[in-house]
Amino acid sequence: MQSQATYHYKVVRQFSVMTVIWGVVGMLVGVIIAAQLVWPELNVHEFLSYGRLRPLHTNAVIFAFGGCALFATSYYVVQRTCHTPLFAPGLAAFTFWGWQLVIVFAALSLPLGYTQGKEYAELEWPIDLLITVVWVSYAIVFFGTIMKRTVRHIYVANWFFGGYILTVALLHVVNSAAVPVFSAGILSPKSYSAYAGVQDAMIQWWYGHNAVGFFLTAGFLGMMYYFVPKQAGRPVYSYRLSVVHFWALIFTYMWAGPHHLHYTALPDWTQSVGMIFSLILLAPSWGGMINGIMTLSGAWDKLRDDPILKFLITSLSFYGMSTFEGPMMSIKTVNALSHYTDWTVGHVHSGALGWVAMVTIGSIYYLLPRMFGKTEMYSKSLMTTHFWIATIGIVLYIASLWIAGVMQGLMWRATNADGTLTYSFVESVKASYPFWTIRLLGGLLFFSGMLIMTYNMFRTMAGGKAVDAPVLAASGAH
Amino acid sequence: MSSMDSGMDILYLLVPMSILLVFVIGAIFWWSLTSGQFDDLDGPGYRVLMDDDTTKKSDDAPESSQ
Repeated sequence: MQSQATYHYKVVRQFSVMTVIWGVVGMLVGVIIAAQLVWPELNVHEFLSYGRLRPLHTNAVIFAFGGCALFATSYYVVQRTCHTPLFAPGLAAFTFWGWQLVIVFAALSLPLGYTQGKEYAELEWPIDLLITVVWVSYAIVFFGTIMKRTVRHIYVANWFFGGYILTVALLHVVNSAAVPVFSAGILSPKSYSAYAGVQDAMIQWWYGHNAVGFFLTAGFLGMMYYFVPKQAGRPVYSYRLSVVHFWALIFTYMWAGPHHLHYTALPDWTQSVGMIFSLILLAPSWGGMINGIMTLSGAWDKLRDDPILKFLITSLSFYGMSTFEGPMMSIKTVNALSHYTDWTVGHVHSGALGWVAMVTIGSIYYLLPRMFGKTEMYSKSLMTTHFWIATIGIVLYIASLWIAGVMQGLMWRATNADGTLTYSFVESVKASYPFWTIRLLGGLLFFSGMLIMTYNMFRTMAGGKAVDAPVLAASGAH
Repeated sequence: MSSMDSGMDILYLLVPMSILLVFVIGAIFWWSLTSGQFDDLDGPGYRVLMDDDTTKKSDDAPESSQ
C-alpha cells in the first residue's frame, strides 16, 4: 500500500512556522501604531513614526502572516488532494526563501521611507520584481502539482487557491507598473507610477479591492474548504454549492474597486458601477459562508470542546458579518457617513482579524502537529484560551471603532443653522481617544493570543521530529 | 461631466482586460464542464475525508532532511 514517495512537508513546515512568527511581528507593529494614536509622543524617531510603521503593519500582516499561511496551506492541500508530491520541490524551496527575503526587504525599506505611496503596494520596484519572480515560481509549483495529480477530480479548495494565485499575479503586475528613477542609485530606489491622477487612483483601487477579494478572500476560502471538513470529519455541506460559490465569486469580483473612491474625482457612473458590483458580491459570499458553517450541521456538539473548530467556525461568522457590512458600506449614502472614518478601519479588522487570522490560526493548529510527527498540539487548553482571548479582542476592537467611526462621521457633517460646521476636526479627534484606547486593548488581547500560540507551537515542536508523510494511493481514484 | 472627454482613459485598459478575463474564465469553466470535473458533485467531498493525514502512532514515516 505504501509507496516510497513522500509528500514534501518541509516547505509546508517552514511556511507554517513563519506564519506564526510573522503574525507576532505584524500584530506587534499594529499594537505599537494603535498606541501611537493614543499617545502621540510614542513617535520617537522618523523610522518609527506612525506614517512609516502603518504600511509596515499592513504589509507584515497581509503578505508576511497571511502570505506564509497561504503558501503553507496551498502546498499542503494541493499535495494531499492531488495525491502527489509537489512539482519542482526545488522551486518550492525558492518560493520560501524568496518570500522571506521580500518580507525582510519590506521591513527595512518601509521604516527607511522608501515607498511607492500605493496602499498595500508600497514596496519599491526592485522588491516588486522579486515578488514577481517568486510568484511566478509559486504558480509553476502549484499548477505543476495540479497537472501531475493522480486523481481526476480537482478538489474545490484548489480552484480557490488557483484563482487567487493567477489573479494576484495580474493585479501585482498591472498596479505596480512604474518608471524607475536611477539618479539616486539602485540602493536608493525611487519610481513614478505609470498612471497619473484619477487613472492611477482607479488602477490602485482596482488592485486594492481585488487584493482583498483574491488574496484575503479566495485564498482563505481555499483554506476553509479543506480544513473545515477535515477538522469536522464531515464532507462540506454542499459540494455543488462550493463549486457554484467559486465560479460566482470569480465572475463577479473584479469591479468592486471604485467603491473606495466614492465622492472623489472618479466619474459618478464609475462609482455606481463599483457600488452595484459590491452589492452583487453579497450573494456568493453568503452562499459560501452558509456552506462552511452548515458543514457542522448535525455535529454542532463538536464545537464545544474542539478549539480548532471554534476558530474555523467563528472565522466564518466574521466572514459573513464583514461581507454583509462591506456591501452596505459601499452604498453611496452609507459611504457618505462612513468614508474616511474609523468605521472603515473597524470593518477591515473584522475581516482581517475575524476572518483571515481566525481561519489561519485554526488551519495552522491543524497543520503543526502533522508537520512534527505529533498527533495533537502540546496544549489543547492553551488553544482554547487563545480562542477566547482573540475573540474578546476582536469584539472590543470592532465595537469601539464602530462607535468612533459613526461619531466622527456625524461630527464632521454636523452644521449649525447658519451653515457653519458645528465641530472643528480636532474636536472629533479628541472625542475619539476613549475608543482608540479600547481598540488598543482589543489589539493587545489579540496579540497576546498570538504569543500563546507561539509558545504552544515551540512546545509542540520540541519533542517532535520533522516528518514527511508517505504518499498513499488515492482511495477511489478514477 | 460623465462623458469620455472627462478622461477616464484607464477604462480603455481595465474594461477590455475584464472582458478578456471573462472569456478566459469562461474557457476554463467550459474545459472543466466538458472534461468531467463536475460529473460527480458528491463524491469529492467524501474522498477528501478518506485521505487519512493524521500522524500514525507507530510512526515509520521516513525522517525528512531538516
